[in-house]
Amino acid sequence: MWKFVVRRLLITFPQLILLSLIIFLMAQAMPGDALTGLVDPNLSFEAKEELREKLGLNAPWHVKYAEWVSGVVQGDFGESFRFKMPVTELLEQRLWNSFLLGVMTLVFTYVIAIPLGIISGRYNDTILDSSITGYTYIGFATPLFIFALIMLFVFGYQLQWFPTSGSVAPGLQPGSMEYILSKFNHLLLPALSMALIQTVSTVQYLRSEIVDTKQREFVITARAKGASESRVYNKHILRNSLLPIAAFFGYEISFLITGTLFVEQIFAYPGMGLLFLESINLRDYSVVNAVVLLFGAAAIFGALLSDIILSIVDPRIRIK
Amino acid sequence: MSNKLLELQNLKTSFRIEDKYYAAVDDVSITVNKNEVLGIVGESGSGKSALAFSVMGLHNRAKIEGNIVFKGKNIANSKPSHLNKIRGDAMAMIFQDPLTALNPLMKIGDQIAETLILHRPNMSNKERTEHVIELLNMVGIPRPVYVYEQFPHELSGGMRQRVVIAIAIANRPELLIADEPTTALDVTIQAQILDLIRTLKNEMHAGIILITHDLGVVAEMADRVAVMYAGQIVEIADVHTLFEKSKHPYTRSLLNSVPAEGQDKLHVIQGIVPGLKNLPRKGCRFSHRIPWVDPSHHEENPELHEVAPGHFVRCTCYKHFYFPDETKEVHIHGNPRG
Repeated sequence: MWKFVVRRLLITFPQLILLSLIIFLMAQAMPGDALTGLVDPNLSFEAKEELREKLGLNAPWHVKYAEWVSGVVQGDFGESFRFKMPVTELLEQRLWNSFLLGVMTLVFTYVIAIPLGIISGRYNDTILDSSITGYTYIGFATPLFIFALIMLFVFGYQLQWFPTSGSVAPGLQPGSMEYILSKFNHLLLPALSMALIQTVSTVQYLRSEIVDTKQREFVITARAKGASESRVYNKHILRNSLLPIAAFFGYEISFLITGTLFVEQIFAYPGMGLLFLESINLRDYSVVNAVVLLFGAAAIFGALLSDIILSIVDPRIRIK
Repeated sequence: MSNKLLELQNLKTSFRIEDKYYAAVDDVSITVNKNEVLGIVGESGSGKSALAFSVMGLHNRAKIEGNIVFKGKNIANSKPSHLNKIRGDAMAMIFQDPLTALNPLMKIGDQIAETLILHRPNMSNKERTEHVIELLNMVGIPRPVYVYEQFPHELSGGMRQRVVIAIAIANRPELLIADEPTTALDVTIQAQILDLIRTLKNEMHAGIILITHDLGVVAEMADRVAVMYAGQIVEIADVHTLFEKSKHPYTRSLLNSVPAEGQDKLHVIQGIVPGLKNLPRKGCRFSHRIPWVDPSHHEENPELHEVAPGHFVRCTCYKHFYFPDETKEVHIHGNPRG
């Protein structure tokens, strides 16, 4: 199994290199460069050219790419021109916030999906199943940004159960109990909004897997052994049905990234998604590059994680 | 106590298709004695497997009528909790397709051990592991200690069928139902598996129901044979009588469609077994596949007649049955399976 993990890890390197290359070239193709926003627009063309030459901005793209990548590897994403601080420092706070939001959303997603999927699959074509399936269709049909707004309006403004913006109440000492609770409180509503919508695909996936697995022959073998229905489900059907869910986990991370773009904007939650949108609006390219690279890397590592999980639960995938 | 192990009394298993029930097993009454192999033969769709599944109580949504008397107790329509005490213990089943009958995510050893856990909860872990390895040995799996830790995809079809058999015999069942145990295997492995089943029968003195469409297997293994057609038993006799003095047109057609040495033409039974929905429920069900026999020779409500002690035949049409000449004109194409 370790061989498989190592091999799978090696594959991620070319993926990451390709990702960085694509991001770099796309950034190059965008109008303007780092200089445009930094210098006095009244500066003469010749003076700008001279500056460009000095800063190495006229170097061929592969030289610039090599410089950028060597910076990135050392954790240097350049300077944000809007915040006037190193991108790395800026990302640190945002990354942590988004990570918390992501983990919370995933927890909610699976806490909702697994029981609903199991009930729906086991008792398929009953009223219980129909109502769960009904919820999943509504979930599919509801755009996240509308749903998040409704949640914000109802639970944030009308009922005032949750804070409506930010990631923590101001004036609290970091590390104190109040600070942690406040962070948690700020996470709940955005995470729940995202999870309630995103979980529906997992619910449906799990449901159809269980309905499928139910009819496989090894289930009959298990019954013929004298196994009770609950044992048949827990020992035989469930594990086989959870395989594709594990495989789905990596994609879940990609969805999560898309989700944070909307949700962080709506709940004014200072994470990567909000930073990304703001930076695009202000043409803060060094930040955009860094954020896209991190999002891409997260998706790649998500896929890696799925494969490793899958190799643990499915013996057929391990390569000898 | 009598020698009777299992007695089916007017068993009728029906499935619902669009709000109506159709019987896949229709009024079947047979007995299986201890230490006896009852062969059940018939084409695909004749209800053989449906019969086996009814006995095991494995049908999900079927209506079961009649009695299934196992060791003196009627187990038809009994509660799953009650059936679970019998299944895998006193009554076990070998499945048709070893490639799908095993859980792909469970170790071979654990799959066999599961049936021991269920029926012998007092066994210690060590005893259980030893017993599983002994079983693997018994069914002829080399390196059982190693195979214990393997997963189904690492074994060949023949090896997997041995594992399926090991699961079935783990608790020394009194009744073993083998549902086409060799169909999915190639010929050399078939012979090995049949040898294995025969050895087990001699060692365990179990009653065995052997379901197959392979007459060669029946001739080799069975003591008595029931021939099924369209959900009914059409003929039942001991194996010698059946192969030498068979009466029912269907049995004779089946026997006649086995290629013999030096034969260059093969008898083919016209048509196919009708589907569950289109099954004629009145009259002789085989009549439309032997249209050259005058309709007046069929009984209106065919019943099993005892033509000799222990030899039963359904419908009176057998008295007037003959093979028409033109069916002999069909040539053998390719390499038909015996």
